[in-house]
Amino acid sequence: MTPTMPLKFVSSNRRVREDRRFVAGQGRYVADLPLEGLLHVALVPSQHPAARIVSINVIEAMKMPGVHYALTGEELAKATEPLMNGLDTPNVRRFPLAVGQVRYAGEWVVAVVAETRAQAEDAAEKVRIEYEPLPYVIDAEEALDPASPPVHPPHGSNLLLDKTFVWGEVEKHFAESPRRLAFRVVWGRSSTVPIETFGVAVKWDPWREMLDVWASIQMPKYSDQIARSLRIPLNNVRVHQDVDVGGSYGVKRGIKQTVIVAHLARVLGRPVRLIEDRLDNMRAGDAHGPDRIFDVEVAFNDDGIVKSMKMRALDNVGAYAGRSPFQLGKPIGAIVGPYKIQSVQYRAIAVTSNKAAQEAVRGFGQAPTNYAIETAIDKVAAAVGLDRIEVRRRNFIRSDEFPYLIPSGTHYDSGDYHTVVAKVLAHADYEALKRERDELRAAGQCAGIGIAACLEPSGGNSSFEPLLNEKNTTTTWMDSCRINVDGLGFVTATIHTTSAGQGHETLAATVIGEVLEIDPDLIRIVRPDTLSSLPSNSPVGSRMAIMLGGAAFHAAQKLKAKMVRLAAHQFGCAEKDVRYENGTISHPASRKTLAWTEHVNIAHRNFHLLPEGMEPGLEVTHVMQVPTGSKLPENGRVQMYPCHSFEFHLVLIAFDPEIGKPEIRRYVIGHDCGTVINPHIVKGMTLGGIAHGIGASLLEEFVYDGEGQMITQSFMDYLLPSSHEVPHVEIVHHCTPSPFTVFGQKGSGESGYLGSPAAISGAINDAVAPLGISFSKLPIRIAAISDAIAAAKGSAVKGSDAKDRK
Amino acid sequence: MKVRLSINGRPREADVEPRKTLLDTLREDFLLVGSHAGCEHGVCGACTVLIDGEPSRACLMFAVQADGYEITTIEGLAPAPGELSIVQDAFCETHGLQCGYCTPGMILTAHALLTQNDAPTRDDIVEAISGNICRCTGYGQIVEAVEFAADRLRKTNAPRDPQAAVADEPPVGRPAKSKAPQEGILEAAQIDALRGGRS
Repeated sequence: MTPTMPLKFVSSNRRVREDRRFVAGQGRYVADLPLEGLLHVALVPSQHPAARIVSINVIEAMKMPGVHYALTGEELAKATEPLMNGLDTPNVRRFPLAVGQVRYAGEWVVAVVAETRAQAEDAAEKVRIEYEPLPYVIDAEEALDPASPPVHPPHGSNLLLDKTFVWGEVEKHFAESPRRLAFRVVWGRSSTVPIETFGVAVKWDPWREMLDVWASIQMPKYSDQIARSLRIPLNNVRVHQDVDVGGSYGVKRGIKQTVIVAHLARVLGRPVRLIEDRLDNMRAGDAHGPDRIFDVEVAFNDDGIVKSMKMRALDNVGAYAGRSPFQLGKPIGAIVGPYKIQSVQYRAIAVTSNKAAQEAVRGFGQAPTNYAIETAIDKVAAAVGLDRIEVRRRNFIRSDEFPYLIPSGTHYDSGDYHTVVAKVLAHADYEALKRERDELRAAGQCAGIGIAACLEPSGGNSSFEPLLNEKNTTTTWMDSCRINVDGLGFVTATIHTTSAGQGHETLAATVIGEVLEIDPDLIRIVRPDTLSSLPSNSPVGSRMAIMLGGAAFHAAQKLKAKMVRLAAHQFGCAEKDVRYENGTISHPASRKTLAWTEHVNIAHRNFHLLPEGMEPGLEVTHVMQVPTGSKLPENGRVQMYPCHSFEFHLVLIAFDPEIGKPEIRRYVIGHDCGTVINPHIVKGMTLGGIAHGIGASLLEEFVYDGEGQMITQSFMDYLLPSSHEVPHVEIVHHCTPSPFTVFGQKGSGESGYLGSPAAISGAINDAVAPLGISFSKLPIRIAAISDAIAAAKGSAVKGSDAKDRK
Repeated sequence: MKVRLSINGRPREADVEPRKTLLDTLREDFLLVGSHAGCEHGVCGACTVLIDGEPSRACLMFAVQADGYEITTIEGLAPAPGELSIVQDAFCETHGLQCGYCTPGMILTAHALLTQNDAPTRDDIVEAISGNICRCTGYGQIVEAVEFAADRLRKTNAPRDPQAAVADEPPVGRPAKSKAPQEGILEAAQIDALRGGRS
């Protein structure tokens, strides 16, 4: 099938099948599961950013009503393996509960189990822990200083990763270029903050030796990690994947929570559940995202053509190395953005600090990197005195240059950036927008236009793992689908992961319906538990349209091929002479047909009618490798993700200079993610991503004070965008199919978020440029804007006073 | 202590600690788990239920305080198992949700708005839902859903009783449900029982 074939179901505005259960309040989240004899966990957090644990006294806690157990880190560490560490840093060990030392304020030290969560919380207050405070470090650059206290003393320093890549002739290009500029931008620590916190329930059956796990999870190889940590065979771990996940966008990686609860379930012989409360989640739920300082230098000419870039990214990963250092690796796959930058030097540094550990956040480091790249392009435009869009156009890869090899080793699959930009400018009337901005300025407002052009690498593999850790040789990140046509002719297909609102059931049904030419609504989609599942790597890296869609497509093709062979055998003709149409196979030459039900009957009941060697039944499976990206890195270069969606943001923001509260007056995005499987889903992802980006750029930050305490501990301090903060967004569609996928689809799970922080930052900086100030740190909060404007005006007044006195 | 609550039009009783929130009581004592805990400090709105028709935070209210009020949860909106109210159906039509976690609270809030105002402006809708945080959608398709539902409600010929705590919107494509027991339509008690609810 090629994208030029007319599509029956793909790309049509069909309803999302998952929605019915959710609008009725019939989702099945982990906190909803009725488990007989369930016990509940509350956690005792550290009050210190760094301290030696001198003693833990649980005697009073154990006397409290309903209490069953109090688990310490020491006991847990003896019974389990440390959590997986993706880097080759064996002395940065991570346990679910602190062992010997706490490394951030809020870190979990003791887990108390009781009949109810309320009883567990009451008892947790009675746990007495004696600490001996230790020196701590919060700031990333201080953490880099060899004199600062190491978060993990056995590791010797706070440096987890420091790797410099040079792709192309960077120094030569810098020397050749007539102009260069350097700047620093900072991406504040924010996250995805799903409305459902992480939760997990575990039941251990000692007679069957089975660990049943229900979790609000979005993590590749989750059950592998559980088995490793608990030292039990992987086929003793059964993760139930039919649990609905109340939002994730990357962060739901609750391995430490799972190990705590699984251990308790084994010790206590009863099912145990931990549902993080909001404070557990925000302070210690491993829910924080990138926290990054970029130092960027670009070499360019008077025409605004950027030839080379040097980027140093310093990431404050917090107290432990989870998957977070890899978030410096993924952006390598789109390190030049949509631009023809010929050479790049990229230095990725990850340091530990006494902040909470980082986890994966939507885009896996790409949104911060895009913010740095787009800031560079804005600055180049200002330096050469050209329109910011014109400079982007001049640097864009042209549509006839794909597949385009970027310096770091990835081929971009396809794109037509110039056309998308032209469509957005026509839709928005860029000239009118500029006039509107100027009129607002004339009326005394601060007003600015923001622009961002960026890529969404999609089809996630894990090529960044071997790139950053030579001991890692992973070259596949497969996903799978099984289709079974039952004895009555009904179709059931499987997906092998949890979902957090991405509509995977709709995706799989749409694709299978398309191939088999049957109504997708008649196809049942189920999620087997992990022991009944085929391999999956979960919905990370904007991969499911490509990988689950691809696996479902190929499985359906296999099924169709089997049906064609079966039918040709009945007709006594060659397979090439039969025609498959809407589930019926015919032989036009002899006018014979074989209806769907006849097919099913033969396959399920008439072995004597099957071609030789054909298995009875109508069941197929397909395990799909990520298109492209099957090789290990060579010389620091690797093909990262296969597909690259493009987005172009155009934003008008205005605010009162005294108040500084940004109002987004216009938001237009041009979006090209190739062939769209379900337009509702892609639209929702894009709008939701933009809202998330508005949060990251204007509101959201996990702030630590000088004492190492996180001070944004509730939704009154950590502000999520409400319907008031998110404007009406206009989407301009374009479709450049990917040559690497079955329908030409690309990913969209991170769309909007990857460019909106850059665009909003650009708009605010355009608004304050006439005052001679700029903002180089996200989020740009209201207070920061009004304070900076007041300071700028104050110094201007002082300046004029000084002149008067002369 | 014993509380007598009126939930989705039915009298219910439970023995709860005085400190137990209405949210925990709905979820644990009545197994009405469509109301969700998001922040448990009154900001996110995932726990929204209707108290005498007004959207309220079930996480900020003790169960004992709810005595004497009509409580409507998301389980009370569907006219019958497998059938959606107009508002619920509108959220499906525009895909006004993704993960579904904020959705029950969002739909109850929209339901309350549309009960009072069947021709809301975009600003009315934005204001009404501004106390319900959705992290997935960016609100665009939610606003569309409420606009779509308003349009359908205006065009429907079925009576709506703004005072009723029990949803009495007509199921899509069917005549309005009468208050009288109807053959083949489950009572609320039976609806709850399908989810393991206690009577």
